[in-house]
This record gives sequence, C-alpha cells and structure tokens, in this order.
Amino acid sequence: MNVNQPSERQKMTFWEKLYLPEIARGLGITFKMLIGPKMTIQYPEEKYHPGGYYRGRPVLVLDEDGERCVACGLCSRVCPPLAIEVRAGETDREKERYPVKFEINMLRCIFCGLCEEVCPEEAIVMSKDLEMVFENRESAILGKEKLLVPVAQLQDRLEYLRMHQYYEPPARAQDA
Amino acid sequence: MELLVDFLIGFLKALIVLFLVILPGASGAVYFERRIAAWIQMRIGPNRVGPYGLLQPIADVIKLIFKEDIIPAAADKRFHFLAPLISITITVAVFAVIPFGHYVVINGEPVYLGVAPNVHVGILYVLAMTSMGVYGLTLAGWASNNKYSLLGGLRSSAQMISYELAMGLSIVALLMVTGTPNLMEIVEQQTGWRWNVLYQPLGFLIFLVASFAETNRTPFDLPEAEPELVGGYHTEYTGMKFGMFFLAEYGNVIAASAMMTTLFFGGWQVPFLPELLGLQEGSVALALLQVASFTIKVAIFVFFFIWVRWTVPRFRYDQLMRLGWKVLFPLSLANVLITGLVMLIN
Repeated sequence: MNVNQPSERQKMTFWEKLYLPEIARGLGITFKMLIGPKMTIQYPEEKYHPGGYYRGRPVLVLDEDGERCVACGLCSRVCPPLAIEVRAGETDREKERYPVKFEINMLRCIFCGLCEEVCPEEAIVMSKDLEMVFENRESAILGKEKLLVPVAQLQDRLEYLRMHQYYEPPARAQDA
Repeated sequence: MELLVDFLIGFLKALIVLFLVILPGASGAVYFERRIAAWIQMRIGPNRVGPYGLLQPIADVIKLIFKEDIIPAAADKRFHFLAPLISITITVAVFAVIPFGHYVVINGEPVYLGVAPNVHVGILYVLAMTSMGVYGLTLAGWASNNKYSLLGGLRSSAQMISYELAMGLSIVALLMVTGTPNLMEIVEQQTGWRWNVLYQPLGFLIFLVASFAETNRTPFDLPEAEPELVGGYHTEYTGMKFGMFFLAEYGNVIAASAMMTTLFFGGWQVPFLPELLGLQEGSVALALLQVASFTIKVAIFVFFFIWVRWTVPRFRYDQLMRLGWKVLFPLSLANVLITGLVMLIN
C-alpha cells in the first residue's frame, strides 16, 4: 500500500503506540463534555440576546425631539442590493429636511450595515431584532412607522459604534 | 404432544424476546446514541417528541416507513431486497442463545429465561451467526451496483475475516478456563464475583476490540465511512430497508454487549448472594432481579460502544488491518499459550 512513512517528528512513543492509554485519556475528555454545560439555546422558549456587535434589522433612531434622519439619501445610495428608498421633504423647523417616505425592503436587505456606516447623523443603525417573519411580500417592505425605534432601545449598538467607528460622531445636544 | 408444548413455549419466548428485548432495545440504543452524541458535543439532542424526546425513535421509524422505496435501475432487485433481510435475521438469531436470567419454576417445571439458552454449542452458534451477518452487508454492496456500496461491502468482509480470528482465539482461551461452550453453564460458573474477566483480562480486551470491528462501529466503521464512501454498503437503500440495516447495527451492538456480559461479566448473576434477601432459586422475584442485573450490565456496555464512537476517530484501512493481523492475532495466540501454561502448572 502506498502510504507515506511518518517523519521523525510524527513518530509515536511506545506509550502512545499502545493506543489504550491514549484512548482512555480521550474517553476521559469526552466524558467531561458529556456531563458538562451545554451550549444549545432552546430557541422558542429561550431567546438569544446578542450584544451591541449584532447586525440585525436596520432601524431609524427616534430621539426625544423626533427622528434624526435628514433624508440625505446616502444610505439609499450606498445600499448594495438597493433595498432603501428615501424621499425627502421640508419643514419650517431648524432641522429643515426630513424623510416623507423611508422604506426598507427586507426581502432585499443583506444586513451588511453599510447604511449605518455611511449615515452622517447616526440616524440608521442595525438593531438586535433577529425575528423577521413576513406573511407576504408587501408586509416585508417596512415603512417609517415600523422603522422608527426610540433611542433608548438602541444604546448598546450606538455605544458599540462609537467605540469602533472611524470618524468623529456628530455633536448632539445630549452630549454637551 | 410434549414436542408441541415445547415448540409453543419456544415460540412464545422468541416473540417476547423480539418485541420486548430487541425492538425496544434497539430503538432505545438509537435514542441514547443521539442523546449521548449531543451531550458529548455540548448540545442537548432530541428532546421535542414526547417527554425528554423519548418518542423520537418511533417518529424516526414512522418517517422511514413512509419514505419512498427507491431501487436503483442497475441494481439486482432480488438481492437488493434480500440483503437487509439477511442482516436483520442474523442479528435477531443471535439473541436466541443469550440467557437473560436463570429459570422460573412454573408448574414444577423450570422454564429457562432465554429462547434456547441451554444449546450446548452456544458460543459456536454466536460466532457463526455474527460472521454470517457480513453476508447481508456484502450482498447489499454487491446488489446495489454502486462502486461505493461495493467497496463498503468488501471492506466489511475483509474486516470480518481479520477480526473473527482474534475474537475466536480469545474465546478459545475462555473455553479452556470454563470447559464448556454452553452459555448457561458459563454464567452459572461465575457466581459470587468469580467473573471470567478476572481470569481472562487480555482475552476480554481482545474480544472487546474485535466486537467493535464485528459490529462495524467506530473506530472500525470503515464499511460505512461517510467521508470516503458516501454511505458505504447502505448508500442505495431508502425507507424501511435502510431502517433494517440501522436496526441490525444497533441489534448487533446489543448482541455484542450481551455476549461480553455473558462471557466475561457474570451474565445474569446478581452481584450479591440471593440468600441474603431470602430469595429462592427459581422464584419470580429472583428471576426479575437477574434480568435487571443483566440489563444493567448490557446497558453499560452499550453506553461504552456509543461513548467510544464519539471519542475515537476512524482508523485508516491499513491501520485496521495492521491492528488486526499484527497486534490482536499474535496477542490472542499468546493469550491461549499463557492460559494453557498456567493451567498446566496448576
């Protein structure tokens, strides 16, 4: 049989060649695993609660004084699968622009997080929401009413982004 | 008339063994295989069907029955059909001579607990049957007309020949100690902790390793080595035909465990003298105790089979052959020689 001869380094000692002691050692290790703690999460009963690192469903941040989005359209422009549609509108307030329409097609979204990365206002972030079930195609296109999430629920992700992003975060009223 | 009664009793015993021992035993082994595999891999395992997932094997069987039965166009249909039947028949046949307990006195007549436990050539019968089991696998590989199946079947027969020798020789040494091939008598000799494993430790070790090879279990499961042979001999089997191979594999594991218990670990002997509890030989209570003792010992061995499967990786083919012919065979010969010398000196 054409089998490679083991090199000097691979040669086993007599003790190892006996097989049985090493097998017994292996059995010991597997027995430790057998009675040890388990990793499985029993999904419907137990939920997975990821940390700020998780890129779940993209959402719009809702501050106390209203939405952050200024409808610049960068997210829509950068989105690789063209899942985001933004239409801008104007108001008389200090922050003039706001999105009249903001839709994310969840059938297209690939959870790359580019929208979040490109957003100059920190207005669109990836949430922890991982349960996305839709009964039809229409309901998979999320409008503003489903996308806006209070900022308090997104603190983990916002903190994570501040620790890991490459640019200065925009100055905010609550930071000052 | 007496012949008819004997036949009926034997038939009844066979039915009881089939439906109360082999089928629940095999499905239980499948369940524990999956559960223990999961635990060793830090998972939880099947726990959704019934309490603790105990009904999982039943769900599996129902699934297998309702699956489409596919016979490859190029296969030899007769042998393709016959192979799983041979496999399962031989597995079931081994259980005929295994003593599950001593005897119960019914109407003044001792009824032995086992289908035919007093067969004089018990061990030879078991050896013959286990080596016949390979016909099912080889035939399956041949009839499937698939190169992977054929390779699996051939490996199975080569492996069987290599390990049957060592297994047989380890039993030869055991027979020299016991002096009888009758399984019931072998168990009777092992009362009060005089287990054969204490007299034949090397023989037991050889028998243990050889039974792993005989039952095609990891680390010697080369006939169905998934990474290289797709599914080995049962690649082309679906539905309940595949299920029969599956059942036969676990039946073989239980049979091998039962043989090890019977030959080396005192069989149905309870680990203390029954007189302490005031139980009489032949009473139902003692018989139940003996069956329980036997079951626990077998269950420990079945657990060991499963435990080893999820610990030791598969051997390469040449390593398997080298272990069989260059290590186990000479060792078993030496074991026979040493046993003979010790008996001669005493």
